[in-house]
Amino acid sequence: MAEEMKMRATMQGDAVDVKVLIQHIMETGLRKDPKTGKMIPAHFINQVSATLNGKMVLDMQWGVGISRNPFVGFRVKGAKVGDKVAVHAVDNLGTVFDGEVVVA
Amino acid sequence: MKIKYVSLLAAFLFAVSALAVAGPEQDRDALIAHYKKTFPNIKFGDYIYGALSMNPDAKGQYDDIMAFPPYAIDLDKGQKAWETPFANGKTFASCFPNGGRNVAGNYPYFDKAEKRVVTFENAINACLKKNGEKELKYADSEMGLLTAYARSLSDGMKVDIKIEGKDALAAYEKGKTYYYTRRGLLNFSCASCHIQNAGKFLRSEQLSMMIGQATHWPEFRAGTDIVTLQKRFMQCNNNTREKPQEGNSEEYNDLEYFLTYMSNGLPMQTPVFRK
Repeated sequence: MAEEMKMRATMQGDAVDVKVLIQHIMETGLRKDPKTGKMIPAHFINQVSATLNGKMVLDMQWGVGISRNPFVGFRVKGAKVGDKVAVHAVDNLGTVFDGEVVVA
Repeated sequence: MKIKYVSLLAAFLFAVSALAVAGPEQDRDALIAHYKKTFPNIKFGDYIYGALSMNPDAKGQYDDIMAFPPYAIDLDKGQKAWETPFANGKTFASCFPNGGRNVAGNYPYFDKAEKRVVTFENAINACLKKNGEKELKYADSEMGLLTAYARSLSDGMKVDIKIEGKDALAAYEKGKTYYYTRRGLLNFSCASCHIQNAGKFLRSEQLSMMIGQATHWPEFRAGTDIVTLQKRFMQCNNNTREKPQEGNSEEYNDLEYFLTYMSNGLPMQTPVFRK
């Protein structure tokens, strides 16, 4: 699971700038397989939350509009060097992805 | 009298050989002068950014993206491909001097024995063949991901293409002829856009200057679509409504030789993000 999420967290002023890259196919369920003629089943991340030192700071519900290998960037005020930022993602099939980074 | 004749002959031969090699260097100087006139406010070193050097806002966005590019995960795949040993236990690093570090700036080179241009992709496939592995398809995404990482080991290296001898010069001249020849239904040459109209807008995009283009391939277009230099040649052929060639064709290799020589002295960086 570690290789499926890349994270970076750097201080910018009094806020931490967090960048997350998640490797995921994000299949919408609306595409047809050209070989079989059947619809390719939906497989996409639908819930992402981020915590700073265990306290939730971001909670997102994603839909099929988010494209493959999604990137999300956000800033949290009041963070400092050494703090832990954790991201927890779940997809519609129930697979869980976790990532963690220390603020630099 | 004999000494005078020999020294005269030596001087003549020297002049002739100097003239033969002066061609490419003169071509390059002329182009640099042309771009300095077209873009008086852009530093030579910034030519590697192409159209991004013409638009500070775009360059700012590019720098932000490059801080954590969307292709970061794809590049890991390229690293894995480079580091994974072959069946015989050796790795790609064993085929290149310095383990593959700071070598990409020497490609393509002209092989005097084989009388042809040898590209970095040729070297990769020669390495695979030498070690009993299956060669990769040219200008393809698998080759692209591998070379995206492999060439990054030469980041910062200045392009240093040599043209020595008449056969190498002939290949350079063939590449140059291709560059300046009009082609396709739209009847454009590479020069029509990138020399005559560099800086102008073609539909929504600004045309980059030719010098500096060869320093940053392969690249990830739209952030995640890996495109090699020769794949880009095919795309440009399509754009002028001409049938593209296959990767590793003699014309494409000669064109790559000519184009890369023109970027001599500029630092390389691979891979990069483009729109």
